[in-house]
Amino acid sequence: MAGFSAPAVWRGRTHRYRLVAGKCTSCGKLHYPPSYSCPYCGSRSMVEAELPRVGRLMSYSVVYSVPFDSKSRAPVILGLVDLGVARVISEITDASPEDVSVGMQVEAVFRRIAEDGGTGLIVYGIKFRPVKGA
Amino acid sequence: MPQQRPETATGIHGWGVYIPRFRIKMEDIAREWGWSDSQWKALAMIEKAIAGPDEDSTTMGLEAAANAMKRAGVDPGDVGAVFFGTESKPYAVKPSATIIAEALGVTPVTMASDLEFACRAASEGLRASLGLVASGMVKYAIIIGSDTAQANPGDVLEFTASSGAAAYVVGPSPGSAAVFEGSYSYVTDTPDFWRREGTPYPRHGEGFTGEPAYFAHIIGAARGLMNTLGLKPSDFKYAVFHQPNGRFPLKVGEMLGFKPEQLKAGIVTPLIGNTYNASALIGLARILDNAAPGDRILVAPFGSGAGSDAYSIIVTDAVEEKRNKAPKVDELVSKKIMINYSTYAKFRHMIRVVRE
Repeated sequence: MAGFSAPAVWRGRTHRYRLVAGKCTSCGKLHYPPSYSCPYCGSRSMVEAELPRVGRLMSYSVVYSVPFDSKSRAPVILGLVDLGVARVISEITDASPEDVSVGMQVEAVFRRIAEDGGTGLIVYGIKFRPVKGA
Repeated sequence: MPQQRPETATGIHGWGVYIPRFRIKMEDIAREWGWSDSQWKALAMIEKAIAGPDEDSTTMGLEAAANAMKRAGVDPGDVGAVFFGTESKPYAVKPSATIIAEALGVTPVTMASDLEFACRAASEGLRASLGLVASGMVKYAIIIGSDTAQANPGDVLEFTASSGAAAYVVGPSPGSAAVFEGSYSYVTDTPDFWRREGTPYPRHGEGFTGEPAYFAHIIGAARGLMNTLGLKPSDFKYAVFHQPNGRFPLKVGEMLGFKPEQLKAGIVTPLIGNTYNASALIGLARILDNAAPGDRILVAPFGSGAGSDAYSIIVTDAVEEKRNKAPKVDELVSKKIMINYSTYAKFRHMIRVVRE
């Protein structure tokens, strides 16, 4: 995980910090993370739009074999979250595998996503957690 | 010297708290290190809150600040200062305040800085903000106190050092939920608690942290404030102090002449631990969650090294419509996931893992 690119981390900060999606001005659809062209119609006419912060867990995978810097969080739960206007792939945090189920309500939270070893950059951004935690 | 005058133009527009969900019981810590149960019972502790492995003072501070902004209902573009008080910075050099300001949409035209004064840094940010707002230099300021407090494993400090955050949006008094009536600072060079550059855990002067540090400075600030404003303890509905454990805030309140019923509403440390820069500010938030218009509150954070600020705050009618716009302290305290000592040690990076 060593050698994060500072410009790449910097460029992604807005969509990671604020859950900002790309909105196509041609077909009106949203996608996350934002890209330069619409994945649905190919248009390059895009604007930014903040996504809702509460959604439903559509599906998830439990990952037991994780990178070194994720070991303290293992097993890592990766979820597909339906926010109504868009779907987001995100880590599900503050939960064990037995706490999650398809259809459960989840909400966006700001967390450490990755870190470049002990001396490099810390990457912050959105994860999702169960709305009812305990 | 009157110190209260500029603050009368300022008030609290939003307050917000974040408490991580993970908790460990005092019995688990005592059992691990061979402490007698009388040790933590003397501190009036029950459980403490622990940040998860993907949390730090920045992430917790942002969640508290976002909750404060929900209650404030102000345009992020009108915020002119973001002050972040912590003694557990994720970066030794690189501000957390800019990360939080960016995530809140406050950047780029704003002041933003991390402040350090042990547990009192956020309070210094609050006092500075009162001056900035009262002078008209900024319209709104966000003050955040957030810590993932460190304690050497096996040290008595481990019973209380916990994780949590509180944030306040301060602005002009019209429309605010509580108006500042006055404030008073009291600082000296007192070596009661410190952490040297590059070392992971703080050291402390054992009994020296009490009388010449915590008690002397809070009493100095609170008495100075009351003398300046011509107020006495019975003029306040509530008083809340820094809470290094469950016992000290009751004792200092009693020494100042407050009754237990004025103090209990603001005491949260027995259930979540000492959240350092957020300690007194979470206590104040719990009072605002329940206070009635017209209530007068004395709040006095404390930081080792040492210093205390005392504030007199009067609650307004606006508190009623703001309090339900973000999670209340009691809701956050009750949302908990119990963990054992080994999970706590892993989450707080106390287990050394070697990269292969």
